This record gives sequence, C-alpha cells and structure tokens, in this order.
Amino acid sequence: MSESAHIRVTVNGSPIECDVEPRMLLGDFLRTTLALTGTHFGCEHGVCGACTVIVNGDSTRSCLMFAVQADGGTVETVESLGTIDALHPLQEAFRTHHALQCGYCTPGMLMTALDLIRKRPLANDAEIRDGLSGNLCRCTGYQNIVIAVREAAKVIRASNL
Amino acid sequence: MKPPPFKYLAARTLDEAIDALACSDGEAKVLAGGQSLVPMLNFRLLEPAWLVDINRIPGLDGIQDAAGSLHIGALTRHKTTENAPLIADAFPIVTAAMSHVAHFGVRNRGTIGGSLAHADPAAELPMLAMLLDASITTQSGKGKRTIAAKDFFRGSLATALEPTEILTAVTLPKLPPATGWSFEEISRRPGDFAVAAVAVTITQQGGRCTDARIALAGVGATPIRFPQAERTLIGQTIDAAMANAAAAIVRDQCEPQSDLQGSADYRRHLVGHLVARGIDVAAGARS
Repeated sequence: MSESAHIRVTVNGSPIECDVEPRMLLGDFLRTTLALTGTHFGCEHGVCGACTVIVNGDSTRSCLMFAVQADGGTVETVESLGTIDALHPLQEAFRTHHALQCGYCTPGMLMTALDLIRKRPLANDAEIRDGLSGNLCRCTGYQNIVIAVREAAKVIRASNL
Repeated sequence: MKPPPFKYLAARTLDEAIDALACSDGEAKVLAGGQSLVPMLNFRLLEPAWLVDINRIPGLDGIQDAAGSLHIGALTRHKTTENAPLIADAFPIVTAAMSHVAHFGVRNRGTIGGSLAHADPAAELPMLAMLLDASITTQSGKGKRTIAAKDFFRGSLATALEPTEILTAVTLPKLPPATGWSFEEISRRPGDFAVAAVAVTITQQGGRCTDARIALAGVGATPIRFPQAERTLIGQTIDAAMANAAAAIVRDQCEPQSDLQGSADYRRHLVGHLVARGIDVAAGARS
C-alpha cells in the first residue's frame, strides 16, 4: 500500500475532500469512492472511451488519469447532465434518435459529445465522426449517435445551455 | 487492469522533479499526459517505485518563435500543438499530422514530450522530429543536454534519455522558403497507430530540388529517414519518374515487421506507394 494523498476536487459542482491512494484511477474514484457509477470502465487502457469524463473543461479518459491528479480541479460526469424527469438535450437526442442500445458506451459518448459541442463547430457529420472516433460502440453502428449529436448541437446552441 | 502501487510526487518545480529522479535510483517514471504511461501501468508492464508528475510545473509548456526555430515545451498538449497558429504557419505538416495522433480526448491530455520520450515506432511525433531535424533538450542533475532527433530514437520504445533525465523541450528549425510537404498515413481505424506513415518535404528553387526529406513511421523499430533516396532527388526536376525511383529505394531499404496491423509485405507495398505519392504532392506535381 502506498501512502495516501489528500485531495480537494469539485465533482459535478460539489466540493469533495478525500484521501486517495495515488494509484487510484480517476474513474475508480468516481465509481467506488463517490458512488457515481454512471461513468463506465470498458477497456481500462485508453482505447474505448467509455470512461470519458470532463476534467478542467477537457474530455479525458478517466482510466488514464489518477484521482490524485485531479486535486484542485473540476470534474464533470454523466450525472451532471440531466435527470430521468428532465433529460439534458444530449440525452433527449440520444433517446429520440435511438443512439444507444446496450448503453454501456453512452456516458463516454455523451461527455465526449458535450466537449465537442462546446469547442468545435461540428459543421458537418464528418466533423462529428472525427470527434467521436475515440469512442467505441459495439451496438449501434454509430449512425444514430452521429444524428443525435448533430441534433443536440442545434438545440444546445439555440438555447445557450 | 489496475496499476501497481507507487509513490507519487506532484513536482512544483523542474528542480524538484530532477531531484526526485536523482534520488530514485532509476526506479522512477516521469508522468506527463499519461496517455501511454498509464496504459502500461494498468497492464503492469511497468512497476516504477515512483511516479514524478510534472503536470504542475510552470513554464514547461508553450510554443515560442525564436531565431529561425520553434521551441515547444515538453508539456505542450497535443490539442495545443494541433491548434497553434505558430505551428500552422511554420509547420503545416505538423498541424496536418496532429489529427492522426490518437483521438480528441487523448489529445486533450497527451504531450509532445511524452510522445517523444515514449518513442512508439508507429507514432507521428517522433517521425516528425526525425523529418524536421528536431533537437531535443533534456535536463538532469548534471545539467542540460541537447540531442539531435537522429541520435535520440534508439529502438522500439527506447531513447537516449537517461533514467535521471527529463525531456524539457523540442526545437524545430524552420524549413527553407518554397518547401512543399506531404503527410500520408494508413491505419486500420482513425486515430490508431500507423500501419505505415510517410512524411516528405521537398524544397525547390528554379524548378530544381534543393532539399528533400523522407521519413517513415510504423515500419521498423524507430522512425527513420532515407538519405540515399533523398539524395537522388536533390538537383533534379521532380517528376513522376523521379518520385518512383526514390520511392523504390525507400521500399527496398525499409525493414518492416509483420504484426496484427499488417504483414511486412503489405507494409513494404504501402511504403512504395505512399512515398511516391508523398514526393509528388510535396513537389507540387499533384495535390
């Protein structure tokens, strides 16, 4: 057991203070310490993108970052988006356009898409596909995910969410 | 798939990081973007006693224009390199290649210093360092060192870096005026490591080639240049026959391996085509 480190991090707007073992991955910290199980681990080596969260404004694979590195920073997870009764426009678009089947990759898709909508013009589907190319989905064939992100981007930009 | 235990230091200064490496008896690894190191830890291919995190050291990132070169701090994230106007102006080939470096989310954290120090033979940035005659600056308790890219890459995932050294910056000498370029990469999926990638620059004056550079990645244990093929182009008017002749030299000299991404024969075949096309495009014959 290595020595633990004391961290302060803002997760979905809530300040958290906690001791963590340095080797604890950010995704494990979210899932096991904070019980935010919306973040899914797929490959745990940075290939699948399922565990993507937004750290200090950048979409980041939470299997490739240690919780201790988030000290002083902010983390946004899928839990920050919407609720069952009031879905976020991205979640609403995924639902409307059938952009998920098993749903395992969805949290990573949503958080990557959110970062893309914030930062890139997404002027055409090729840009959406390029932006999502680091997130694997084994069910949908991607087409409906691309449609959902395209439509969500319109809604989000129209309403300045 | 969980990393082994290690001791962790978030260094606040370069000196603090260097001291930690010096005290660790070769048992420390430098943690920058972590996009290659953390997978290796998760797979337990590495079990360092210490991780020295350099992410909080001020001044290790950023791109500066200085005396005919661009100076890029080791901690410069790929997203910064990809979007920097200074890079796009001086090295449009680097801007073009950055979209092939993994994916959006990985480029948010990955760093240029990390990519060079990791030295994956199929990675784009080590290949560009070779193509552009980069020099790599390192620092340790013994002082600074500057290492030419051609002396830096020693093998697959092996470099001239000592265990007590930190890669602090890379310097790219600007290309002469009237230099055309081409970057060609074949990968199984977008963002994957290259099955084969080819980068070419051609400088021309009065219709004749005055400088030519050809670099390959994904073909062999390190990124590699082909001086003999480059020399055949210099002094010549570049046409399809010249491009094919130089490409044939590269194809014959390269030493590709077979792996799950592609066979050695397939890679050699790709190299022949990609180099010929790359020379064509860089010379402006075809775009």
